[in-house]
Amino acid sequence: MNKRPVKERIKDFEEVALGFSKEEAIAEAKRCLQCKKPLCINGCPVQINIPKFIKEIAESKFSDAIKTLKETNSLPGICGRVCPQESQCEMFCILGKKGKPIDIGTLERFASDWEIQSQKSKVKSQKLETQKPIKMAVVGSGPAGLTCAGELAKMGYEVTIFESLHKPGGVLRYGIPEFRMPRDVLDREIQYVKDLGVQIRCDVLIGRTYTVDELFEQGYKAIFIGSGAGYPQFLNIEGENANGVYSANEFLTRANLMKAHDKNYHTPIKIGKRVGVIGGGNVAMDAARVALRLGAEEVYLIYRRTEKEMPAREEEKENAKEEGIQFKILTQPIKIKTDVQGWVKELECLQMELGEPDESGRRRPVPIEGSNFSIPLDTIVIAIGQTPNPLIPSYTPNLKTEKKGTIVIDENGATSIEGVFAGGDIVTGAATVIEAMGAGRKAAKAMDEYVRNKVKR
Amino acid sequence: MKPNQILNKKELAPSIKLFDIYAPDIAKKCLPGNFIIFRLHEYGERIPLTINDWDRQKGTIRIIVQEIGRATKELGNMNIGDVILNLMGPLGKSSEIDRFGKVVCIGGGVGTAVIYPIAKALKEKGNEIIGIIGAKTKELVILEDEMRKISSKCYITTDDGSYGKKGFVTDALNEIISSQKIDRVIAIGPIMMMKKISEITKLHSIPTIVSLNPIMIDGTGMCGGCRVRIGNQTKFACVDGPEFDAHKVDFDELLHRNNRFAEEEKDSCKLLNQGGKDE
Repeated sequence: MNKRPVKERIKDFEEVALGFSKEEAIAEAKRCLQCKKPLCINGCPVQINIPKFIKEIAESKFSDAIKTLKETNSLPGICGRVCPQESQCEMFCILGKKGKPIDIGTLERFASDWEIQSQKSKVKSQKLETQKPIKMAVVGSGPAGLTCAGELAKMGYEVTIFESLHKPGGVLRYGIPEFRMPRDVLDREIQYVKDLGVQIRCDVLIGRTYTVDELFEQGYKAIFIGSGAGYPQFLNIEGENANGVYSANEFLTRANLMKAHDKNYHTPIKIGKRVGVIGGGNVAMDAARVALRLGAEEVYLIYRRTEKEMPAREEEKENAKEEGIQFKILTQPIKIKTDVQGWVKELECLQMELGEPDESGRRRPVPIEGSNFSIPLDTIVIAIGQTPNPLIPSYTPNLKTEKKGTIVIDENGATSIEGVFAGGDIVTGAATVIEAMGAGRKAAKAMDEYVRNKVKR
Repeated sequence: MKPNQILNKKELAPSIKLFDIYAPDIAKKCLPGNFIIFRLHEYGERIPLTINDWDRQKGTIRIIVQEIGRATKELGNMNIGDVILNLMGPLGKSSEIDRFGKVVCIGGGVGTAVIYPIAKALKEKGNEIIGIIGAKTKELVILEDEMRKISSKCYITTDDGSYGKKGFVTDALNEIISSQKIDRVIAIGPIMMMKKISEITKLHSIPTIVSLNPIMIDGTGMCGGCRVRIGNQTKFACVDGPEFDAHKVDFDELLHRNNRFAEEEKDSCKLLNQGGKDE
């Protein structure tokens, strides 16, 4: 993977990964063995015909490659960038058994970027002749919603997405920073979904502006809920509401959605010289790297286990370390100390050691008694995870949820309310973009079937 | 009429303006205590404002805004016919409207705009309303006629004594409490005012509700920026509130938290005054 030099990239929000040149892409594509029984496809939640699009790249048929991708994936530019390919398609690549697997993600990204640059083949809306004037509603414009809407539109339905924020994209817009996913890529892929005939209505909060029942009254025949896992978790330690303590969601939303890093935008963000990000996932890596770009002098990543147990992708850990993020492992925050004005001064922590494995199979961190120490900090970002947003379930009687707030669905994505389907993080709890897309795709099929059966009846 | 279009604008007091906005979806649904979030242009912040009144038939909502920060100043500069780029709601839990008996409804400054719809609904439910309006000076007293109409008695206090009684809303409250049994107090205004009122009613064990106005972004529980301490728990004002049991609110923490971006706000307002980068 080609990347911009560290010194240059930490000063701005431009994309870090550079992708393939045409020659590099063709060379990489030619390494593909074109297996008779391709295992890579099984690793893909949206079942992209991977060998086919790689072959098309190898033969310089780039517009065919993007067509192949878009048959099953409306958002290839996004997936090529943020999918954890190493634990999906690439994990099954035969070449990976002995050497390096095919870099499927970067090839996917190449095809998508080529389309943007060449401008020409906007793979135009494949609206079917059998236009059914049947209205479908999709709640949330994140990866699950966009995918579900795109698939329904391809089947010929009249689809409306309802988004509560002022811009579509969900976590792709407010969560993932621009240096990992440029906004023109996101805008372009959303435009593609719109070109398929999908209408996106922003500033509508389902549950409040309209309830689920009211959507049915408005004539929508089936509803997909993909409202995500956007409810921030806190540590519940003393001082957590101090000034200078952000949830990762607030910190990233200020930077990404509200563009607080750009002087022309009015939303403020305050960053101190010394920043501590608590957590070890991809969101924590994003927050740490954003803090660095906002001008922090020292950024610590504070995690209670060791690097091995961090849930972040290897690639993201590596990017963060390269850029100078300091990993403070086996460190458990216990208290945030403040000054008289209520601003963060330091973070008191305990040193941990690894004990016996827990239910997750990871070795449990155990505090070392009396090991208390403090890290002087000006800003703290808490990135220890998100749970499903309870708003829609709480305003939708009869919508069954689990204890943790996830919506209960059957194998087809159907919820406890007839005609209401769900998928993505609101069902699984925080997971990956591509898994949410897989769920959106599956639900679209089930919604189609549901509506067909209903018409028959 | 376009969605989010300003249909009526009125200056109630220096830097306090009333707007009627065409927002039929919100007007159809909103209840006392609900708020909206607006954003004026591509570069603007998202700002929450409580809905003051509504006309479900005309499809309009009324908001009353005091020009404090950059976004509220920019809104103040908008005129009839202008369209607000983004408007979302209704948000927040609605006020508890029940038969309580004798309810003192206190509005401090522009907080009177927030207390009014609640007081009105409580009156319609059969409660007796005693109103208190507090302001720095005479010209900043708003909604006096409206409050008088629904109150059995309406007290007015001004800091400088230019209108009503010289003093604070707490003085009026003490006077009321000393002469009769009060079943409930609802107080909305500056944090310091709500804190003082809460201290008084706690002594007298009168159930008291306040409406909090922390800094927010999305208004849907996503960012956690509006978290407030209620008893031993952290709550999100946008979805768990904005109204809470005053006796459990950590007002000092809220005072601190609302100062988080005070410097940045000042700089931004300066830019606006200089006619700096603006849409």
